[in-house]
Amino acid sequence: MSFLVNLALGLLFGAGLVVSGMSDPTKVLNFLDLFGTWDPSLAFVMGGAVLVTFIGYRLVLWRDRPVAGGHFRLPTRKDIDARVIVGPAVFGIGWGLGGFCPGPAFAAVGLAATGTLAFVPAMIVGMWAARLIAESRPQAKPA
Amino acid sequence: MTEFTPFASLIGGMMIGLSAVLLMLLEGRIAGISGIAGRLLPPYRDGAFLSRFGFVIGLVAAPFAMMALTGDAVEQTVSSNIALMVAAGLLVGFGTVWGSGCTSGHGVCGLSRLSARSLAATVVFMATAIVTVFLVRHVIGA
Repeated sequence: MSFLVNLALGLLFGAGLVVSGMSDPTKVLNFLDLFGTWDPSLAFVMGGAVLVTFIGYRLVLWRDRPVAGGHFRLPTRKDIDARVIVGPAVFGIGWGLGGFCPGPAFAAVGLAATGTLAFVPAMIVGMWAARLIAESRPQAKPA
Repeated sequence: MTEFTPFASLIGGMMIGLSAVLLMLLEGRIAGISGIAGRLLPPYRDGAFLSRFGFVIGLVAAPFAMMALTGDAVEQTVSSNIALMVAAGLLVGFGTVWGSGCTSGHGVCGLSRLSARSLAATVVFMATAIVTVFLVRHVIGA
């Protein structure tokens, strides 16, 4: 059941990426190119997503627990440590080079462009490396 | 140049938000793609592998569902520079997991929770991405 729920929600999320234009790395790179061929569209993606999530989370978190039971698993950390600066800094460089962040990369992999087929396996290796290094350090928490 | 698409982008963004809200309502989890995908490989800490796998399969299947629904091909232009895309993939994968989130986990879910940690992360990845594109397109001139 959980598999099917997640499959449906992944489809909805991915369809949102396609409709919004985020699955096109060139559109993403143009959004980031403030001093060139700037395309502000993706500010509307972020705006729409945050608006719905901001209101939706407030309604949902009125409940005691999720529909499927268990409890709401919300991040509890509030500190701004080195990892939450270094990680995003590294991520941003890769995002600016390729135009893909993780969601759109998965939503594009089936379209099988050469660059995407190079990007996605490398991304998975990078994710795994970060987890293994983080988990091998005693105090570090994995992402 | 790409066409400015405020309406489609707003609708697409709202669909992403709806997916995030429903995942919290139904399963109590944050819709962070790097968190979901990063835990598909071992070691496994909880029993949620199939759930995460389902979400990623949904993402992968989405463009085909959209093409079947609308009859339109999904337009995209991806660099075919293999070395560049491998480097980009490694940086994105490592950075998102090292920093506990990407555009969805920090950007959408974190900002919606008014998390200062996610705001810091989002400002940093936006900044380094903008600087990188500036350097590549306007300084190196690639």
